[in-house]
Amino acid sequence: MLSRRLFTQSAAGAAAGMILTACGPKRLYEAPKDRLKAAIADLERKYKERHGKAIEVSDAGPIPGVHFAYALDISRCIGCRRCVYACVAENNQSRDPQIHWIRVLEMEKEKGVDFSHANPYYNPAEVPQEGHFYVPVSCQQCENPPCTKVCPTGATWAEKDGIVVIDYDWCIGCRYCMAACPYGARHFNWAEPTIPDSEINPDMHYLGNRPRPKGVVEKCTFCIQRSRAGRYPACVEVCPVGARKFGNILDAASEIRYIIEHKRVLVLKEELNTAPRFFYFYAT
Amino acid sequence: MPRETAIDSIRLIGGFARGSAKLMLRGNRAYWLWLAFLGALIVSGALAYSGQVRFGLGVTAMRDQVSWGFYIGNFTFLVGVAAAAVVLVIPAYIYNWKPIREIVIYGELLAISAIAMCLMFVLVDIGRPDRFWHLIPPFGFLNFPRSVLAWDVIVLNLYFAVNLVVAAHILYRAFHGKPYIKKLVVPLVLLSVPMAVGIHTVTAFLYNGLAARPYWNSSILAPQFLASAFCSGPAILLVVLQLLRRFTPFEIQDAAISKIAELMAYAMFLNLFLHGAEAFKEFYSNTQHLLFTRYWYFGVGSHHTLVPYAWSAVALNLAAFALFISPVTRHNPITLNIGCLATYAGVYIEKGMGLIIPGLTPDTLGEIYEYYPTVTELRVAAGIFAVGFLLFTLMLKVAVPISLGEFVDKAKAAAAQDAAIAGAHTAQ
Repeated sequence: MLSRRLFTQSAAGAAAGMILTACGPKRLYEAPKDRLKAAIADLERKYKERHGKAIEVSDAGPIPGVHFAYALDISRCIGCRRCVYACVAENNQSRDPQIHWIRVLEMEKEKGVDFSHANPYYNPAEVPQEGHFYVPVSCQQCENPPCTKVCPTGATWAEKDGIVVIDYDWCIGCRYCMAACPYGARHFNWAEPTIPDSEINPDMHYLGNRPRPKGVVEKCTFCIQRSRAGRYPACVEVCPVGARKFGNILDAASEIRYIIEHKRVLVLKEELNTAPRFFYFYAT
Repeated sequence: MPRETAIDSIRLIGGFARGSAKLMLRGNRAYWLWLAFLGALIVSGALAYSGQVRFGLGVTAMRDQVSWGFYIGNFTFLVGVAAAAVVLVIPAYIYNWKPIREIVIYGELLAISAIAMCLMFVLVDIGRPDRFWHLIPPFGFLNFPRSVLAWDVIVLNLYFAVNLVVAAHILYRAFHGKPYIKKLVVPLVLLSVPMAVGIHTVTAFLYNGLAARPYWNSSILAPQFLASAFCSGPAILLVVLQLLRRFTPFEIQDAAISKIAELMAYAMFLNLFLHGAEAFKEFYSNTQHLLFTRYWYFGVGSHHTLVPYAWSAVALNLAAFALFISPVTRHNPITLNIGCLATYAGVYIEKGMGLIIPGLTPDTLGEIYEYYPTVTELRVAAGIFAVGFLLFTLMLKVAVPISLGEFVDKAKAAAAQDAAIAGAHTAQ
């Protein structure tokens, strides 16, 4: 009798444990801190083995009182695409097949900001070209993101500091978010991504530039590994004409606040009510 | 006593399963050739899919610009086919129209096969099929009610389950010579009516809700989906019913067939009307959003890949409408079948090529990437269709003899015969 009761109790305990585990946090990022730390240590070991160098994966959370925003000066941008390649290097984007988080569109001055006449494959000997201007587009970090709403597994969401992130270990690769994004900002790993070991950026974030597997979606994170550590995104640093501005929109003294308050600012596809945190402006 | 009932029901189910397996393994040369053909397509599809799993979805023609293609087009088409069972269920159960009532079960079997294909098309489209369980609570997380895809997962699986339960129950009871339990079947059948409308509406909302894609972001999308589904589903069923009538002693009245054809004519009219309404709005208002519709019907610049498909769909749909609306051609078996094939082909092109691809071309930043399915995509799709047809064939193989009363529980039949003989004796 006693042994039967013992059996019943332990079976019930095991079942309850299983259900609790199953009902617990799905995304590792939301797991208890110690579990996340252990998983990250595992990741670091795995990446080190694969790429042959010490790698640090941060799990830094949003900083209270910080809300990131970005502004890009269309009148300054010369279309040199240095931001595109700085982004690739910083964020460990696949070299083959090639993935670019930033897409620079060449537009005609006569037509204005008009996507139906934009050319992303411009390739002249020198930029800027007469009669043209350039509009780099990456994730607009919308306040009302259509992409996170549609995700069937909740693998992508907006963080408290406004950065829209993806859990690469939870994404099932259905690409519904790509259909929903009005800015072509989301990119899919159509094959196993390849990056030469020597070019791996070892300074990583769990929700940012750690290497992605094949079959999942990725996108710009405002260089979450940098911005949460108080640094500028790589594209801001590399821009030779200073067209890219970045900062905390809640800080009244910040440059980004000044631009939004004093310049002629626009957002892309305003009518879709996505409320981008990425602004375009004309400084001159 | 309850123990005996349990053993009894195991015996009964075992008998049904064994009998069904025996039926499936019996057939003439044409049957085996058909199975071999399907088997070959399945093997080819499986090989193509294993290549896709190894390399990644890059073996398809899909890219960031056109991130959904042939697979999702087929998925959408088949949701429509699955919803078609409702066309038969409504008159059969609500108006109690006998000629159709007998063939409702085939509509349900068709719905089961179609949903199975739908689920397979979704599975081959996702980048990480190994993670599909991320959708299933409590192990995973389903983003319900925010994601329309979560709604679709739920309604498709429910619809699948409802049809499976009804069809299996009716056949199982008939096998044992008993009428089906009305209290179980009638509510489920009545539930399947709004559910059929529901699966196609939710699938339309999947695209409809995306403001980023003006081609889909039109409130006409869901009604248009339903109208086209009420054409394509019955078109398949009509051909199947005629084949059954020809090759088995199964009797299907002409009245049933021409009634369904008549319903299809109305559905096709609605479909054409809704297309016309959409075309008017797009062309007359002539905004930048016209680009997508123009890409489908006329091409943009030097990009014309889909234009022949667009016009063949229009021509086929118009032809089908003409053939079904006129009683003469509707009653003539040759023109009737031409109409069925035209409907099936027209709606298949319209959904398979004309819904997803122009919705994504040009992409959100204005780039035109001309998508055209690769051989891998065609092979995988053919393999999935073969699995669906195999499923449908095997189910028919069991369902037809049961409907005919040829395939019944031997023990029960013998007992019934003994009783009849005993009855005869006492009467003497």
